[in-house]
Amino acid sequence: MNRLPAWAEIGVLPVINLALALAVSGLVIWAVGENPFDAMLVMVRGAFGSDYAIGYTLYYATNFIFTGLAVSVAFHAMLFNIGGEGQAALGGLGVALACLAFDSVLPAVLMIPVAILFSAGFGAGWALIPGYLQAYRGSHIVITTIMFNFIAAGLLVPLLGGPLKREGQSSPQTREFAEDAWLPKAHEILDGVGIGMAKTPLNLAFVVAILACLFVWVLIWRTKFGYALRAMGHSEHAAEYAGVKVRRMTVIAMSISGALAGMMALNEIMGVQHKLVLNFTSGYGFTGIAVALMGRNHPVGIILASVLFGALFQGGSELDFEFTTITREMVLVIQGLIILFSGALALMLVPAMRRLVMRNG
Amino acid sequence: MSAPGVASVPPPAVRLSGIVKRFGPVVANDHVDLEVAPGTIHGIIGENGAGKSTLVSILYGFYGHDEGTIEIDGREVRIGSPADAIAAGIGMVHQHFMLVPTFTVLENVMLGAEGGFTLGPGARETRAELARLSADYGLEIDPDALVGDLPVGLRQRVEILKALRRSARILILDEPTGVLTPGETDRLFEILHALRDRGVTILLITHKLREIMEGTDAVSVMRRGRMVGHRKTSGTSREELAELMVGRKVLLEAEHGAPTVGEVALAAQGLSWRDAGGALRLDDVSLELRAGEILGVAGVSGNGQSELLDVLSGIRPLQQGAISYAGRTIDAKHPVDPAEMRRLGLAHVPEDRHHTGLVLPFEACENAVLGYHDGPKAGEGPFVSPSRIRGHCAGMMTEFDVRPPNPRLAARGFSGGNQQKIVIAREIDAAPKVLLVGQPTRGVDIGAIEFIHAQLLALRDAGCALLLVSVELDEIFALSDRIMVMNAGKVVGTLPRAEADRNRLGLMMAGVAA
Repeated sequence: MNRLPAWAEIGVLPVINLALALAVSGLVIWAVGENPFDAMLVMVRGAFGSDYAIGYTLYYATNFIFTGLAVSVAFHAMLFNIGGEGQAALGGLGVALACLAFDSVLPAVLMIPVAILFSAGFGAGWALIPGYLQAYRGSHIVITTIMFNFIAAGLLVPLLGGPLKREGQSSPQTREFAEDAWLPKAHEILDGVGIGMAKTPLNLAFVVAILACLFVWVLIWRTKFGYALRAMGHSEHAAEYAGVKVRRMTVIAMSISGALAGMMALNEIMGVQHKLVLNFTSGYGFTGIAVALMGRNHPVGIILASVLFGALFQGGSELDFEFTTITREMVLVIQGLIILFSGALALMLVPAMRRLVMRNG
Repeated sequence: MSAPGVASVPPPAVRLSGIVKRFGPVVANDHVDLEVAPGTIHGIIGENGAGKSTLVSILYGFYGHDEGTIEIDGREVRIGSPADAIAAGIGMVHQHFMLVPTFTVLENVMLGAEGGFTLGPGARETRAELARLSADYGLEIDPDALVGDLPVGLRQRVEILKALRRSARILILDEPTGVLTPGETDRLFEILHALRDRGVTILLITHKLREIMEGTDAVSVMRRGRMVGHRKTSGTSREELAELMVGRKVLLEAEHGAPTVGEVALAAQGLSWRDAGGALRLDDVSLELRAGEILGVAGVSGNGQSELLDVLSGIRPLQQGAISYAGRTIDAKHPVDPAEMRRLGLAHVPEDRHHTGLVLPFEACENAVLGYHDGPKAGEGPFVSPSRIRGHCAGMMTEFDVRPPNPRLAARGFSGGNQQKIVIAREIDAAPKVLLVGQPTRGVDIGAIEFIHAQLLALRDAGCALLLVSVELDEIFALSDRIMVMNAGKVVGTLPRAEADRNRLGLMMAGVAA
């Protein structure tokens, strides 16, 4: 047949694509006059070289897991949710409202679940509208979700500049939440059981992200709902024939996707900032598309891709720090190359691989 | 002019010697030899996947071949692209038409042979040529009609004209009658005979024995990539050809005993249905379907049969009329969805297994619960159980002889016949009271047809009520107890099988009441 064996498609191909991206990045680094191997070493050490580095890498990865999962759930229903950015922003609004309202009355054990519900609910609500418009009004989801990113940003600015703004201060942000509404940090948790760890922003949201992966895996591959969702994604006609209510399914799939994107705010707002600020989503929603693509829309793949992107973020800032000639922009180039090779050009090597596998097999 | 079929005193129009074509490990053509005498209609018959289409694709330059030689009119030629083939005088009419629907007939015929920088002179020349071809071969057509507005039979005529305009002397037709009405098919063969009588050599690829027997001078049979026999049509029979194709004796018509007809299982009153564009697709259709009988719905494709199946199965909401089924009355105010109809014991083998009956990227076992995935066949409560699904599918595959019997293979990896067996097995497994069947053997090989027909008849004898929609009259005759004919969304009439014959049904299909 014309398909690659699974081990080649899932295992070997992404590694080769990554290697190619790194090779081209090396050429770029060499061109600006640095030793690519030294640079690579700095990056790897910066991302994984210490508990401090690993903490930061996983903290970034947490954001990517949520937004990557969001893209993948919609994608299994053949819906392209480009609105992770806006859904995450609304998730942030949900978290903030929950915390501001209840942080003085609820203890942490209750505050955290309530905040999770609010982040997921607000994210879901923001994705439900484009989902509904596609299912019942025929507006294309790609267009509407992009527009909703702008609307979300436009919604937060006046709120943070007005009713939600901390009194007696001019910067557009809320007051800081009470400590009961802070997600515990990894180093605090580990300290509690007698393990020392450097102070990093890594927090409980990482565990929530891993649980979300498990949830998505069960939902997509082990429930009747997931079966219907995938059937619809592959063939709308077949799904209709099988009795799946395609319109309703579109709305539900988008809502779940939006809920996952919204939960990204747990990590940033409840885990790190402890207040709602503008632009905290800083492109994680968009990078989630690349993460889902690279992770083949599978939770395990998404975790791996998220750790890779987390390492790029963290290692990249080290690179910026260590080399005078390598600037922040250069790090963006490397990230861009990885997205290019493992996303846009992901299938470039398939024909070559197929010939190789055919010859030997 | 030499009589058709006489041995080649003039060199053969086409001679293929030792053609080998491999796709990876698969040998699609294994040392194939073929000789076609000039001025004859030569049929190539074989089951799906026997290598017929590959062979003519090599001749037309779509694929390169790995070994072997091609001679045209006695001279060896190298055909590396369709342009080479056209230069060698070969034309091809594809199974799926390669036309621009928004262009006129004239523009389509000119496309690729515009003849200069400005269109004017080429257009005038083409127009004159079209007039000449129409007069010579009876290929009448309005050169200024939009191709998108033409019925299928005329679109095919445009394809033939395109080839002739490029002065093709050898014309390849790949499964040309799949989309045609019986009338259009007859007309096509008249044209092919006229072309042959003027010296055009025709290669006809088909899997229909009737067309080979009625329309060709000689026939070559392929099986699993090899040429297994060459016959003069006058010296062979349907049975011999079928045996050559399949490699064993085949029962061409299933045993069809008298039905034991029971109660009315499903009745429809005055069903009408308009599509989104407002066109009336079903026009006041009423029918009664009884337990233990097969009601065949005959008609040219696109005359409301698909809509009838969709409305009865609940896929399309009812607009007008009513269905009584399982003690319920279903109408526009009381709609049902397909899941509900399934729970009430109505199963449905849809016409298009690729887009509707199967989810092609799904594994066979996942497809084996499609539509029944909400029930216990898929698992307990809200969860699916992969082991249960696979076990269920494995049993089904043994019972229906699905090959390969691998529940984990994606549906797209099976041949057409085996895909259809998966769909039919799934629906029969539900032990339905009513089974709606659309085109059960379209694109299915003869061996599987025999099996599927036997299964449908067994289901009838077990007391199920079957509604069979098919555009193949042979199939309607082989299975039906009563035959209902549809034209333009209306029921033209319903006949007991004993009173139906081809001519009568052909007239009814054209809309002439019996």
